[in-house]
Amino acid sequence: MTASLLLCFQLNGAQIEVAAPAHFTLLEVLRYRLDLIGTKQGCDKGDCGACTVALDGRAVLSCLTLAAHAQGREVKTVEGMVGPALHVLQDRFDHFVAAQCGFCTPGILIAADAYLTAVNRPVTRAEAATALAGNLCRCTGYTKILDAVVDASERLATSAHETDAGGDAHG
Amino acid sequence: MGDFRKRGDGRDEAGGPHWLLGRAHRKIDAAERMRGMVRYTDDLALPNMLHGKIKRSPHPHARIVAIDTEAALAMPGVYAVVTGRDMPIPYGIIPWTPDENALCVDKVCHVGDGVAAVAAIDEDTAIAACDAIAVEYAPLPAYFDPDQALAADLAINPYAKKGNLSKHVKLEFGAVDEQLAAAELVIEDDYFFEGTNHAAIEPHCALASVEASGVLTVWSATQVSHYLHRALARVLELPEHRVRVIQPPLGGAFGGKSEPFDLEFCVAKLAMLTGRPVKILYTREEVFYSHRGRHPMKMRYRAGFNRDGAIMAVDAETTIDGGAYSSFGLVTTYYSGQLLCAPYAFPAYRFDSTRVYTNKPACGPKRGHGSVQPRFAMECQLDKAAAALGIDPIELRRRNALGADSATVNEFAVGSNGFLECLARVEERSDWRQRYGQLAYGHGLGVAGSTYISGTNYCIYPNDMPQAAVQITLDRSGRARVFTGANDIGQGSSTMLAVITAEELGLDLSDVRVVAADSDLCPIDLGAYSSRITLMVGNACLAAARALRERVCAAVARAWEVAPERVGLRARQALDRDDPARAMSLAEAFVCAESEHGLLTAVGNYDTPKDRHGSYRGGTIGASPAYSFTAHVAEVVVDAETGVVTVEQVWVAHDCGKALSPRIVEGQMEGSVYMGLAEALMEQHLVDPAHGGVHAGPSLLDYRIPTFIDTPEIHSLIVEHPDAQGPYGAKEAGEGPLHPIIPAIANAIYDAVGVRMNATPFSPPRVLAAIEAQRSDDAADRALARRGRGSSALDDSQGVA
Repeated sequence: MTASLLLCFQLNGAQIEVAAPAHFTLLEVLRYRLDLIGTKQGCDKGDCGACTVALDGRAVLSCLTLAAHAQGREVKTVEGMVGPALHVLQDRFDHFVAAQCGFCTPGILIAADAYLTAVNRPVTRAEAATALAGNLCRCTGYTKILDAVVDASERLATSAHETDAGGDAHG
Repeated sequence: MGDFRKRGDGRDEAGGPHWLLGRAHRKIDAAERMRGMVRYTDDLALPNMLHGKIKRSPHPHARIVAIDTEAALAMPGVYAVVTGRDMPIPYGIIPWTPDENALCVDKVCHVGDGVAAVAAIDEDTAIAACDAIAVEYAPLPAYFDPDQALAADLAINPYAKKGNLSKHVKLEFGAVDEQLAAAELVIEDDYFFEGTNHAAIEPHCALASVEASGVLTVWSATQVSHYLHRALARVLELPEHRVRVIQPPLGGAFGGKSEPFDLEFCVAKLAMLTGRPVKILYTREEVFYSHRGRHPMKMRYRAGFNRDGAIMAVDAETTIDGGAYSSFGLVTTYYSGQLLCAPYAFPAYRFDSTRVYTNKPACGPKRGHGSVQPRFAMECQLDKAAAALGIDPIELRRRNALGADSATVNEFAVGSNGFLECLARVEERSDWRQRYGQLAYGHGLGVAGSTYISGTNYCIYPNDMPQAAVQITLDRSGRARVFTGANDIGQGSSTMLAVITAEELGLDLSDVRVVAADSDLCPIDLGAYSSRITLMVGNACLAAARALRERVCAAVARAWEVAPERVGLRARQALDRDDPARAMSLAEAFVCAESEHGLLTAVGNYDTPKDRHGSYRGGTIGASPAYSFTAHVAEVVVDAETGVVTVEQVWVAHDCGKALSPRIVEGQMEGSVYMGLAEALMEQHLVDPAHGGVHAGPSLLDYRIPTFIDTPEIHSLIVEHPDAQGPYGAKEAGEGPLHPIIPAIANAIYDAVGVRMNATPFSPPRVLAAIEAQRSDDAADRALARRGRGSSALDDSQGVA
């Protein structure tokens, strides 16, 4: 049997410790050691994007990332997007019905969040499509996801420029 | 609200405004999914849970001589091993063809067929144990081509007739040969539609546990809980009341989870043997090998027309590659012919469809079951006729439209029909008249139409019970609980039921809890297939909600000493239509009614009409209470040097009767366009005969599906022609809108570069080969002359050919 590793990293803003076999992927540690089941497994070989998490702010495929790789770093999963209310992206996804079965949604939310945080401005449909091309969705035809991401990028930019940033996101 | 009172009625039947219906709704279960808080099947874990794995055949066809499980059983961490002999009772989704076993008993029929299953302490141990199982096979000849299989002496499947015939249906309506002989134009061509997989992002998964009471509970990512329940009871030899089936939230299905799969029987049997919960999650590779996807179909079509473009006759001969098992094959074979008879009227039709067993993963139902392939052939035929006759392809379709309150040539009664409006909408929005036939070489538009069923009038297993039933309970806090067996597979059926309940009772959507697809808690529903849920379960829900509304209104009326007609329910209130000052909260109204009647609960039942089908053998199969209609225009750019086809935009107009929740309907239309476009351009579910029938690429990388950047702009145009059979007039929206996109793209490629694509997918090598073949016989010149286009693009690229 493989030896267990003690992993310490920032997870959704909190410092955590978890023991797992050395060969475990980050996806396995999240799902099967920490019960953070929001991160999904669709293919387990890096093809579908359902397992996307943010590692130090960059979207990565947790099924292709060894958990040991997260040692001392910062991991954000879909569970980490939730404050007191839905995140603007989640709210816009909900508003536009951008999630049908919802299985790919956490990965897309994280990928979109990492992208919008990095560019920090309103994005076009074409830009969003390119940024999210590593995430497959089989239900929506991507149309309403792009509606939601573009709209969220505009709202995020607006709220960043307003002193009153606590406006109602539920349009 | 003032409007409501002035009009004196807020209800649908009076034509007043709806409280909730027809607005853009958030789905009732979406927010928690987006928070990552919803547990899909693989997100469930039970104490002491074991992990299962299925050992699969490396052979496409072989007798099982012996299976030695001793070494596996002796491994530490292995708790049980089962083989086909432990579950020898066969099953099948269609009662007449129970040709499958939970695990193969005597022989394997395709690479990937399950032969044994293991329960172990973890997945790695289970995989190692599978490797330790020794199976001795005696290979048999394997057949990968339907014609070859049909001619073979060796039967793949015990239900094979004459060689490897799975099902043959030949039906004729009207005088086909006479009409064809008299026709002024006959278009005859061969078509091929490639097999495709559903590729839902959630792989199949099942978990079983035997409770202290002895009840076996199975959680499964299924879209047909009830049929799974029946099959589990049969195969495991348990009375149905000792089995509980729960469908957790589901990560997509598209028909790919609409029959029992080996993992469900295996987790159940292994849980029964070990006394511990057992879970199995398919790998993506196993999803491809379990398949049940779109049938490859070889189709020869002859269609006769008069010079005005009227269709005189259609004659179709179809060979259907079924793979190793029957699955829904009987239905598929009928559907390949029966569902083609709208949206056009024609006096004569013959179809001759043959489904064949081959040594490949079994095909089954995929979104638009059985009818997407013939629709491709038919709509290409119409485009060819339009070109030959010099009639605009939209105009040709308009001239042949069947119309509302009509009957098809195969005697199906059609109610509402918005097809002409669908054509008009896509024609206008795509600027068709200004652009069709007039774009530069390499740029084209194509049109196609279609129809689809909203459920089928007859159930898979014959019985006299209603096709759908819903139970609703109101409680004194002012909310409703809806109990339904309907499988929400992401299409939003639970939201649909909440919308109907809230609409009728004046509740907010957040006041409605939908308890779905748990066989211990909910009335039975037949499942999410044939686009039946909105019409059937929606009707049942509407009946239950209206019964409760009457009770509540009557009780409030008595309290107010007014006539019950004066009481309306809306915006979480009971209102007096004639006295704007009088109102009470719904919670108070429910208390009022509960005080009078006791617990407020009602059931609604729905059964299909039994007088809307054909009066011949097979005439019930494919007959539906109501039909949806769709038209697409696709705009493509074809790179004549590479053969790459880019779909730039798609306009999809769909007559769903009444959009109960328009944004969800649009989502179904967009998803349908996407899924069909994927089949038109990319997807191929292939096994490789040169390598013993292994899958050509069982991963989401090798089996190419469109990404964000491969998917065009999709313009959804909802058309509403309410049907008397549907709740508020609603018909289906989840499958119909897929059909036209494949022929629309083929027809657009013709408009762009003048070549006909008769086989899917329209991949770059095929498109390029067609363009080069056309150049060599100078058909391009004819096309260009006909279109009067500039030829510079062609001149530039001719050097490449």
